[in-house]
Amino acid sequence: MFQNFGEMLLLFVAVGRALPRVWRERRKVAEQLFDIGNASLFMACTLSLFIGGVLALQTGPVLVERGLGSALGGLVALGLCKELAPVMMAVLIAGRIGSAMAAELGSMRVYQEIDALRTLNINPVHYLVLPRVVAIGLALPCLVVFANLVGWLGGAIVSLLNDRIAVSWSGYFGNIRETVDFSDVANGLVKSFVFAVVIGVVSCHQGLTTLGGPRGVGRSVTKAVVNSLVLILLLDYVLTRVLLPFDKGWRF
Amino acid sequence: MASPVPPPTSPTATGIPVAVRGLRKSFGDQAVLKGVDLDIRAGEVFVLMGPSGSGKSVFLRHLIGLEAPDSGEIRLGGELATSEGLGERYRLAMVFQSGGLLNSLTVAENVGLYLSEHRLKPSAEIARVVAEKLAAVRLEPSVAAKYPTELSGGMRKRVAIARALVTDPQLVLFDEPTSELDPLVALAIGREIVGLNHRTGATIVVVTHDRDLAFGIADRIAFLDGGEIAAIGSPAEMRASRHPLLQQFLAADFKPE
Ligand SMILES: Nc1ncnc2c1ncn2[C@@H]1O[C@H](COP(=O)(O)OP(=O)(O)OP(=O)(O)O)[C@@H](O)[C@H]1O
Ligand SMILES: [Mg+2]
Repeated sequence: MFQNFGEMLLLFVAVGRALPRVWRERRKVAEQLFDIGNASLFMACTLSLFIGGVLALQTGPVLVERGLGSALGGLVALGLCKELAPVMMAVLIAGRIGSAMAAELGSMRVYQEIDALRTLNINPVHYLVLPRVVAIGLALPCLVVFANLVGWLGGAIVSLLNDRIAVSWSGYFGNIRETVDFSDVANGLVKSFVFAVVIGVVSCHQGLTTLGGPRGVGRSVTKAVVNSLVLILLLDYVLTRVLLPFDKGWRF
Repeated sequence: MASPVPPPTSPTATGIPVAVRGLRKSFGDQAVLKGVDLDIRAGEVFVLMGPSGSGKSVFLRHLIGLEAPDSGEIRLGGELATSEGLGERYRLAMVFQSGGLLNSLTVAENVGLYLSEHRLKPSAEIARVVAEKLAAVRLEPSVAAKYPTELSGGMRKRVAIARALVTDPQLVLFDEPTSELDPLVALAIGREIVGLNHRTGATIVVVTHDRDLAFGIADRIAFLDGGEIAAIGSPAEMRASRHPLLQQFLAADFKPE
């Protein structure tokens, strides 16, 4: 499964080296951003509302039973901003955007469009990969910010309305204000940025290396999504561990 | 086709010569090219013929660096061609058998892509060049705003030719330029190829099954068979060739039984 890992690293390096050109490609980045936002913003908000809700639903009764209901807001908010929002938004983007990118680049490859670009002396990494990776890299952290806000709200609604929890609006958000600070949110944003780069590079790599007609495109899409997801979940642990020293102490 | 044989002069001679030595290429255990030796002169119109599946397209892809040889070497203008960035030194262009247009761009954007991506001209100027090239391949101006998927196969082929013309190339490779065209448009394309050669002195390599086109435009013709160059020479020499398959090629004519 990871036999292409080296190639992906090379593509990653090539994208990094092409970064100074990004201003030139700003229109393509903007187009991609528009597409990503269109395809995922509404879904991201809906998802987050429910994720925040279920987090409150799972933890709320346990905490309240032990008289810790006042800690619920912070728990939900931290769980969301450091872990669930970055991971779930990355999963969403891998499924919605990564797959589409692999399919688009894959069919371009199959129909010789990539070859044609090269005969015009246009580097496919500059023309196709760079704008996509940059756009995902900008979009995913933004989505995570939305997801946090909406998710916290979802948690608040459930906490307020569920009989077994019944934590007040002000108690919930007051606890968030006490518990969560900027470094926690930034922690999640850093993670999501790394996930975004992984999704972009993996999906574009799969697209560009597609072989063998429409079936090959299908295979590339599957591989792009599966490889992205596996890498996201592995990296999630690694990143959490690496970012741990930057936390301002445990609050649980 | 009644296209006249071009006079053997190349006015500006910006074309580059191509030298191929011992080119071999296999896909898996299928040997496609088994040692191709070929010299294409600067500024000539060179036609490559051969049976379907004999490796003509594969050969062209090697010339432009899209395929890496198993062994052997290719020199463009004296410089060794590699699969990395050979287009930096020379302006090459290729018209793919299937066109190779970018489906997400309009016809005008496709044709102007080289100029806009490399920032060679302001957009008004690009629009003018695009209109000129589209006219050269006998396409209506209204086609410019359409997408490739809205065109017929022959129209796509002509757009691809227009796109190749824009790069002001020193070496142009045409893979079956007239395979999907009606006889009149094919004639126009043949004339445009010869005209391009005369105007710019570009070296032109054409792969085709179209005998009229081949004998109408070629300075020299080569016949690729069994992974090697089986015969090569001027159109007159090729007509007189004793190569059996080539003779069949030239004699093949549909006669109702
Ligand atoms: N990427 C590839 N992988 C495997 N085999 C290939 C590949 N490209 C070409 N071939 C094989 O190489 C042979 C030559 O193909 P090529 O496309 O060059 O033929 P051609 O001479 O252009 O034929 P036609 O006149 O029909 O276009 C074919 O048998 C084909 O199966
Ligand atoms: Mg072919």
